[in-house]
Amino acid sequence: MKRGVIMLALMGLGASGIASADTVVKVGFAGPLTGPVAHIGKDEQYGAQLALDDANAKGVTIAGQKVRFELAAEDDQADPRVATTVAQRLADAGVKGVVGHVTSGATIPASRVYEQAGIPAITPSSTSPKLTQQGYKTTYRVIANDLQQGAAMAKFATEVLKARRIAVIDDRTAYGQGLADALVESLKKAGVTPVGREFTNDKATDFAAILTKLRAAQPDAVFYGGMDAQGAPLLKQMRQLGINAKYLGGDGSCTSEMIKISGTAMTGDVYCTQAGIPLERMPGGKEFNERFKKRFNAPVQLYAPYSYDAASALVEAMKLANSADPAKYVPMLQKVSFKGVTGNIAFDPKGDSKEGAVSLYQFKGGKWEAFN
Amino acid sequence: METLLQQTVNGLVVGSVYALIALGYTMVYGILGLINFAHGDVLMVGALVALTVVQLLQTHAPDLGPVLTLLVSLGVSMLVCMIMGYTIERLAYRRLRNAPRLAPLITAIGVSFLLQTLAMIIWGRNYHTFPQLVSTMPLQPVAGVFITPVQITILVVSALLMVGLVLLVNKTRLGRAMRATAENHKVASLMGVDTNKIIASTFIIGSALAAVAGVMFSSNYGIAHYAMGFMPGLKAFTAAVLGGIGNLAGAMLGGLVLGLVESIGAGYIEDMSFGFLNSSYQDIFAFIILGVVLIFRPTGLLGERVSDRA
Repeated sequence: MKRGVIMLALMGLGASGIASADTVVKVGFAGPLTGPVAHIGKDEQYGAQLALDDANAKGVTIAGQKVRFELAAEDDQADPRVATTVAQRLADAGVKGVVGHVTSGATIPASRVYEQAGIPAITPSSTSPKLTQQGYKTTYRVIANDLQQGAAMAKFATEVLKARRIAVIDDRTAYGQGLADALVESLKKAGVTPVGREFTNDKATDFAAILTKLRAAQPDAVFYGGMDAQGAPLLKQMRQLGINAKYLGGDGSCTSEMIKISGTAMTGDVYCTQAGIPLERMPGGKEFNERFKKRFNAPVQLYAPYSYDAASALVEAMKLANSADPAKYVPMLQKVSFKGVTGNIAFDPKGDSKEGAVSLYQFKGGKWEAFN
Repeated sequence: METLLQQTVNGLVVGSVYALIALGYTMVYGILGLINFAHGDVLMVGALVALTVVQLLQTHAPDLGPVLTLLVSLGVSMLVCMIMGYTIERLAYRRLRNAPRLAPLITAIGVSFLLQTLAMIIWGRNYHTFPQLVSTMPLQPVAGVFITPVQITILVVSALLMVGLVLLVNKTRLGRAMRATAENHKVASLMGVDTNKIIASTFIIGSALAAVAGVMFSSNYGIAHYAMGFMPGLKAFTAAVLGGIGNLAGAMLGGLVLGLVESIGAGYIEDMSFGFLNSSYQDIFAFIILGVVLIFRPTGLLGERVSDRA
């Protein structure tokens, strides 16, 4: 009965009245919009905006009501302290979900605020494993985490490089150890036991002792979990000790510094991984790039496609739950599964991307080149 | 067997760099009773100055050839470090010579921070690539042992410098004055020894050795960095204590022993402890040895036997 009254009232308002009666669902975005990484933040903001524009153009109906999505962007300056303030501001403004933040350093402290407010936050670009290890129900990401890199490298080493004797070294930091442990675990699943497991630290320069020990095990590949400042001297010392095994590393090795410091030790036998995939390899990459350019008059910088998929995931979950109320649709994020710009979007129980695409690079012609 | 031989060579190379740095610690301690914690940072300055000179020479005098380029930059870096060593002694330590022992120790830590920060301002925070003027590619292996020309250079240069220093201390007038000052600087000055000059010379010699060690360190590993002096400095200090601080032969022995223990320890610790410990305990292993030695010989390996401190 009551419903009928509302319907009548709406009819009385006429066409323009119906349009303004669309329920507005505010989605937050937070990232560095000023400072040295502002271009990355802006890129992701545009990505989220495009996703919401597309949803609005298509028309989304939730609980029988036509909804219109609006993006509320905030600048966290990639600063952990500003990030929490900004997160609180978004929560107070009543956003129903958040795309962000951009950097792991900002995303981790902010995730706590969103958890307390019960608002889901999907980050397009933070890769720290710590983020989803906090056990929050509202924390999600669409990009691979550092651990997924280890798994990808294990697969590559055994299937493509056909390496059977793999030695593993890590620097005992959360990052390096996490990467190496993930690699070893995946290797074991593939039936390969590492021929050696050695350790160093993130201030070391001399690796001769551990490398000599590994040499006795005759590895055909050596994986290093750590940063370039150790990886490069390690690679050099491998060659000095006559170890001609392939060098494998994570994104800590995938840098220009690694190339610079390694000098002549850098050969085609050096491989590394990086989270995410380059735009031209994404299933919807080309089309996305064109639409993005047309809409914002700027090229895609880096993670805009991931940001697009993060925002789309929020919309999908709302559709599944038939509600824009975070309390109702957060559980639905677990059931989300669709083809996004970057690939299949679906989450594991921790909130990590199920697919977690990782790219492989090989040192070729003086630079890192994506491996086919 | 191959592995053991290779580990021994690794240990000797690392150990002789430790020994060279440890000499600087032990000379200053022998004469002043001061632990000069800034010594590791002198090494760092030596390496970075050499890096800058090499870069300048490579752009402005490219026909100089690698050996001459290295020697010139080594000379400049030694000179800079000698001046720096003198300045540090003159400004930071001389006024505190009669102060309670804690004051110069704290000052030394302060100087260390100062040098690191200055280096960070001048050379930045990034790792620098140190040019490979002596080849770091291995020679034809002998009995399965790989060694590079730069490592051979390190072994030879350290041995020569150590012999030279022992001769200097035991056979020359300056050396005799140093030994006298070490024994009792008040009495020495009554005997006509200019102790200020002798102490300054000690710092200058120690800094020059640190510069050589720094250049060798960077040539071997191919990197230079504003914080690179900390770890070798700490290890060399450990080596000096292990050998008996204040004793020249002790510093050399301590350096070599520490290098060997680290290398062989890291290589065999897992087998020795039946898989209970692994190479992440590499550093702890070295300090366990230090602890054990100090329990049974509180003055270090050679601390008591030799009386002529310098």
